[in-house]
Amino acid sequence: MASEAPATARGSGVRRLAGALHRRPRLRLALLLTGPLLWLVVLYLGSLAVLFASAFWTTDSFTSQVVKVWSTDNFHALVTTPVFREVIVRSVGVALAVTALCALIAFPVAFYTARVAPPRRRPLLVVAILTPLWASYLVKVYAWRLILSQGGLADWLLAPFGLSGPGFGLPATVLTLTYLWLPYMILPIHTALEQLPAQLLDASADLGARAGRTFRSVVLPMVLPSVAAGSVFTFSLSLGDYITVQIVGGKTQLIGNLVYSDIELNLPMAAALGTVPVVVIVLYLLAIRRTGALDSL
Amino acid sequence: MTAVPTWRNAVRLTRTLRTAACVGAVLLLATACDSAGSTTAGGLNPPRLKAPTKLGRTEGQVNLIAWAGYVEDGSDDPKADWVSDFQKQTGCQVHSKVAASSDEMVKLMKTGEYDAVSASGDASLRLIASGDAAPVNTSLVPNYKDVFSGLKNGAWNSVHGTMYGIPHGRGANLLMYNTQKVKPAPTSWSAVFEGASKYKGHVTAYDSPIYIADAALYLKATRPELKIEDPYALDQRQFDAAVALLKKQNADVGEYWGDYLKEVSAFKSGDSVVGTTWQVIANLAAAEGAKVKALVPKEGSTGWSDTWMVSSKAKHPNCAYKWLNWIVSPKVNAEVAEYFGEAPANSKACALTEDKNFCAVYHAADEDYWKRIAFWNTPIEQCLDGRTDVTCVPYAKWVQAWTEIKG
Repeated sequence: MASEAPATARGSGVRRLAGALHRRPRLRLALLLTGPLLWLVVLYLGSLAVLFASAFWTTDSFTSQVVKVWSTDNFHALVTTPVFREVIVRSVGVALAVTALCALIAFPVAFYTARVAPPRRRPLLVVAILTPLWASYLVKVYAWRLILSQGGLADWLLAPFGLSGPGFGLPATVLTLTYLWLPYMILPIHTALEQLPAQLLDASADLGARAGRTFRSVVLPMVLPSVAAGSVFTFSLSLGDYITVQIVGGKTQLIGNLVYSDIELNLPMAAALGTVPVVVIVLYLLAIRRTGALDSL
Repeated sequence: MTAVPTWRNAVRLTRTLRTAACVGAVLLLATACDSAGSTTAGGLNPPRLKAPTKLGRTEGQVNLIAWAGYVEDGSDDPKADWVSDFQKQTGCQVHSKVAASSDEMVKLMKTGEYDAVSASGDASLRLIASGDAAPVNTSLVPNYKDVFSGLKNGAWNSVHGTMYGIPHGRGANLLMYNTQKVKPAPTSWSAVFEGASKYKGHVTAYDSPIYIADAALYLKATRPELKIEDPYALDQRQFDAAVALLKKQNADVGEYWGDYLKEVSAFKSGDSVVGTTWQVIANLAAAEGAKVKALVPKEGSTGWSDTWMVSSKAKHPNCAYKWLNWIVSPKVNAEVAEYFGEAPANSKACALTEDKNFCAVYHAADEDYWKRIAFWNTPIEQCLDGRTDVTCVPYAKWVQAWTEIKG
C-alpha cells in the first residue's frame, strides 16, 4: 500500500503539469516549436546569413587568408566580369531547359500511370518510377558518361540514321540532369492527374469538346500548379549541381564549379557566387507562388 | 597541386584524425618568428627560423598531413604498409590527415597541430614565406645523402641554399596521344596548341591554374621575343600571352581532366586523343587496352616534386625527423613510389622496387631527363627568376585567369 503513494504523487504531478499547459496554449506552442525554430533560425538561416556576410570580406593575395574588411568588390566583380555573367546565364539556362524537358516528358508518363494504366498496376508503375532514386547519384552519372562517350550506346543507336551522339558538353549535361530529376516532376503531376474528377472530363466531352480542347481547357489548368511544384525541385536541383557537369559536361562550367574552384583560395568570392543561386531560387519561388503551386507541394 | 590531389583522392583514405595530446616535449625547433610573410624585392626572404642541430628523444607520436597514398598502414591495401614498421622501430604513433589540395595543406599547417607535410611545389614556397615551415637540418636525415642531386636545392624546396624539406619523389607532365588517331606522332607541344584544331573536341588538358605554366613553357621555346625564363615567373605581358594561347586552345578542348580515372576512360573511348598526362595514367590506359604513347616533347615539360617539410610549430619534431628519414629510406621510398606511381627520390630505391623495370619506366635516375622538366613552383609577385624591374603575376591571379580561360 505504501508503494502506491509516490506513484499517485507522480501521477498528480503530471496531471498538474498537463493542466497548466492546457490553460496556457501559448506556453504549449512555445515548448513545441522552440527546438525546430532554433534549428531553422540558427543553423539554417544562420548559415545563409554567414554566407552572405562573408561575401563582403576579402582575401590576402599571397596567403589566401580571409581578411575581414568590409567591401563590395566581390559583388562588383560578379556583375562586371564577363565570365561570371556568362556562367550565371548558362546555369540558369540549364536549369530552365532541364525543367522544361522534365515537364514535357513527365506529363505523358504521369497521364499513363494515373489514368490510362489499369488501376491495379498503378502502384507498381509508381514504384518503377521511384526505383532510380535508390541508386547512387554518381553511378547514374557515370553510366551516362559511358552512354555518351565515343562509340558508346548513344553513338551506336544513332549510327543507323547517320547521326552521332551529342558527346560531352552542355547538351549532355542537360540530358543527364533531366534523367536525374525526372521522378521529382512525374510524382506531383501523377498525384494531380489521379485526383482529377472523371466527371469533369465526361462533362467536357458531353459539351462537345474534343480531346485537345478538354486537355487545354480542363486538364492543363488543373494540373499546372503541380507542374510548377515539380519544377521547384528540378529547377533548384539543376541550379546547384556541379558534379554532373564535371563528369559529362566536357569543359562546361556552371556556378557550382566556380564556387568549388574558389572555395580554398578565395572564400569571399565563393560566398558571393554562392548567393547567386539563392537569389535566383527566391525569385523563382516568388514567381511560382503566384501560380498557387506552393499550396499543392 | 590542386588537382594532383583529386586523383590522389582516388586512393582516398578515410582516417579520423585524433587530436594530438601534447606530450610535454621541449620544442627543438625554436620558432623565432618575426613578421610572417615578409618578402622584399629580389626574391623570397623568409622569416629567420633555425633548424635543430641535434635530435632528442622521440615523443611517442607524430601528426602528418599527406597526399592520399603517401602514408599507408595497410588499412587501404594490405600490401601497402610502411607505417606499421615505422611505429615499431621508432615508437612514434603515426596520425595522418589526408589533404585534398595544396591549399588545404597550407590551411592545416597554419593550425600548428601538425608536425610535417608532404607539400607540392605550389604550396611549399607559401609555407616557407609565411614561416609555417622550418628549415631542415639535412645532416639529421641520414638517408638524404642518397637523394638524387637533381632534387636537392630546388627552387621549390630551398631558399638561398637552405633546404626546407626532404624530397619525396617526382613526376613529369607528359604529352600523351592516341597512336591510331594522331598522325604523324607529335614531338612538340604544338600538337595541343597551334596544331590542336586538327583534333577539335578531342584535346584534353590538366584542369588546374598551374596548367598556365605549360603554355608559358611552350611560348618560351616558340616566341623568344617574350623573353620567358621561368614559366612560374611571368610578368603581365608574358602572362597575357600564355592566357591568350590557352583561350585559343579552349576551342579545341573536349574536356579538362582533374582525376586520373576520367582521363583513362576518355583515352580508352577515344573522347580524348591528345593532351597532358602523367606516367602512371599512361601506364594504366595502356594496360587497359588504349593505344597510347606518352613522351616529353622537344620544348621540355612541367612536372611536380613533393617535399616533406617540418612545421615551425611542431610539437613532435624528433618523431617528424624520424619520419622524414624513414619515408626516403631506400626500401620505403621504393614501396611508396611504386604504390603511387612516381619516380622515387632515393637513388638506392631503384634496386628494391618489385617491378625491376620501374625506375627505367619512370626515368628515376635519368638526370638529363629531369633537366628538361620545370618543376611546379608557386608564382608570387617577386619574380622567381630574379628580375627586379617588374612584378610578376601572383598565383591568385592565375586562379582567376583559369576560370576565364575555361569560360
